[in-house]
Amino acid sequence: MRLMTTRILQATAALALFAIAGSANAQTQLTGAGATFPNPMYRKWFDAYNKLHPDVQINYNALGSGAGVKQIIEGTVDFGASDMPMADSSLAEFKTKRGNAVLHFPTVLGAVVPVYNIPSVKQSLKFTPAALAGIFLGTITKWNDPAIASANAGVKLPATDIVVAHRSDGSGTTFVWTDYLSKVSPPWAQKVGRNASVNWPVGIGGKGNDGVAASVKQTEGAIGYVELIYAVQNNISYGQVQNASGEFVNASLASVSAAAAGAAANMPEDFRVSITNAPGKGAYPISSFTWLLVPSKIQDASKRKVIVDFLKWMIADGQGMTEALQFAKLPAAVVAKESKAIAKIQ
Amino acid sequence: MPRKARTPERYSGVRAFAQRRLVGDDVARALVGLAAIAIIAITVMIVVELWTNSELARHKFGWGFIMGKVWDPNADTFGVLPYAYGTIVTSVLALLIAVPIGVGAAIFLSELAPPRVSDALTFAIELLAAVPSVIYGFIGIFVLLPFLKAYIVPPLRAALGWTPLFTGPYYGPSMFSAAVVLAIMTLPFIVSVSRQVLLAVPHEQREGALALGATRWETTWKVVVPFARRGIIGSVFLALARALGETMAVTMVIGNSPQIKASLLAPGYSIAAVIANEFSEATTDLYKHALIESALVLFAVTIIFNGLARLLVAGGSRQAPAQ
Repeated sequence: MRLMTTRILQATAALALFAIAGSANAQTQLTGAGATFPNPMYRKWFDAYNKLHPDVQINYNALGSGAGVKQIIEGTVDFGASDMPMADSSLAEFKTKRGNAVLHFPTVLGAVVPVYNIPSVKQSLKFTPAALAGIFLGTITKWNDPAIASANAGVKLPATDIVVAHRSDGSGTTFVWTDYLSKVSPPWAQKVGRNASVNWPVGIGGKGNDGVAASVKQTEGAIGYVELIYAVQNNISYGQVQNASGEFVNASLASVSAAAAGAAANMPEDFRVSITNAPGKGAYPISSFTWLLVPSKIQDASKRKVIVDFLKWMIADGQGMTEALQFAKLPAAVVAKESKAIAKIQ
Repeated sequence: MPRKARTPERYSGVRAFAQRRLVGDDVARALVGLAAIAIIAITVMIVVELWTNSELARHKFGWGFIMGKVWDPNADTFGVLPYAYGTIVTSVLALLIAVPIGVGAAIFLSELAPPRVSDALTFAIELLAAVPSVIYGFIGIFVLLPFLKAYIVPPLRAALGWTPLFTGPYYGPSMFSAAVVLAIMTLPFIVSVSRQVLLAVPHEQREGALALGATRWETTWKVVVPFARRGIIGSVFLALARALGETMAVTMVIGNSPQIKASLLAPGYSIAAVIANEFSEATTDLYKHALIESALVLFAVTIIFNGLARLLVAGGSRQAPAQ
């Protein structure tokens, strides 16, 4: 009995020593919260970065873009993440509450694709901006409407009703989709506008990408929109969309990066830019950056160093890991601009 | 308490009684009183929180919030009526489906089934109550909706298509589908509680009725069930509360369209669902306050429905035979 007690004591002592040794290594912990869409990429990055630098631990909570913005304003996280750039009013609120500015750093790119269910049509449908806006406004109600048929010569479209499916939960995906429709359709911009949740003129709402996909799959004549990654991973076929140059483009990692490259020329200093309906050859028009939100002044020197180092790594080595997870990487012009912007963190 | 300790000397006398009362009854009274106060305090705190955090929306819209039919975050216009309508219609319809089935099953389990079968079935039903609602939602989307679409809605439409309740296209996600899912989810509460109270009806009641020449069914329906009425109604309250507040399963099958349509086959929306869907991305203060005011409305709806149901019970019990 006594022997056992001694053993237990020894083991406890050894463990305690271990713990002390571990903490002596001065781990720097960072916490972030925000967008769900880039979550798989961020997890992979933070994990890989931790393997390279065992003294750095970055935790990320995928609570949604709105929550990311809210938490960075409240100062409850070290960095936020969002699929939509912060509004001017949010930036002003941050300035009054925290006394400095928020910097936006694009990390990867995503795209949103139209998915549909017409059993009699096997080939990939082509959508003009006017057709997509009309369908989601409820002014185009049949699949054989001339607005759809004219772009799909040779495809026999049925006279069935169109059933619109959209996201019911507030999401960056909806923001990108409605941002695109607002740019290409003045009636849409006026009646509905862009936001994470909008007042949909028609349609049924599904929760999450999977909810929309299920509605489309089960309803003949349905059309919805999901993230490109979701469509690729679940083998859902999706339509091509006509871009600003008039070409019909299939969404792919290359065509999404092309959209970013097209927009890079007019990239503002703060990176708050929408790249939907981007100009340029081969650019997929319903694409978007997703951003990390970092305060411009970080008091804690060790945290500041970690954030700066991580951002530098992310735009260099980190970009090499994106395509394995079906995220489109940043174009070179954006990377060059970002490496300068990182110096603004003080 | 061990019997031996209860010697007459120790517990006799006014003084000993007073002593006992002092330490025992008072402590017990304080403890259970505290527990009861805690429940009331929590409820009051929730209402106060909802009230203070919905100030912007209350001031801006007033009663228009409750009567408003447009919910447009981009235009800063918020009206909760379509959501309240969806909540009420789906919950009431769910109870219309679940109560007859649930009470019928409870009668079978308590009165007719052999005890062993009854226990086994009750265990299975109580397991249903432990299934997370997201699972019900998934089963709803992938199994129930296609089933309703193929086998239930066409005959319903054929029989009741002349009423406005079953008109228009049926895509699957709809108030009707949500009500069916809710009915399945609330069933275990009704069955398990009703069975307990039916089992608690004294045997003398049954024997008395049988002795007077009542058939088995007459005994059950005219004596046992009325005796257990209060408990059965209690189970229905529990089911109603669950139906009104259910979020995940409802949002997955209701179609999430804020509209007021007479047809049950049309998609709708519910208050709990819109809060869950939009809260995390509600960026402006007014938007957030409008969502919190919706929660306040849901609270009010729950209270009103409970009150109505209680009135109904009070009115009914006057005509019912003495218990």
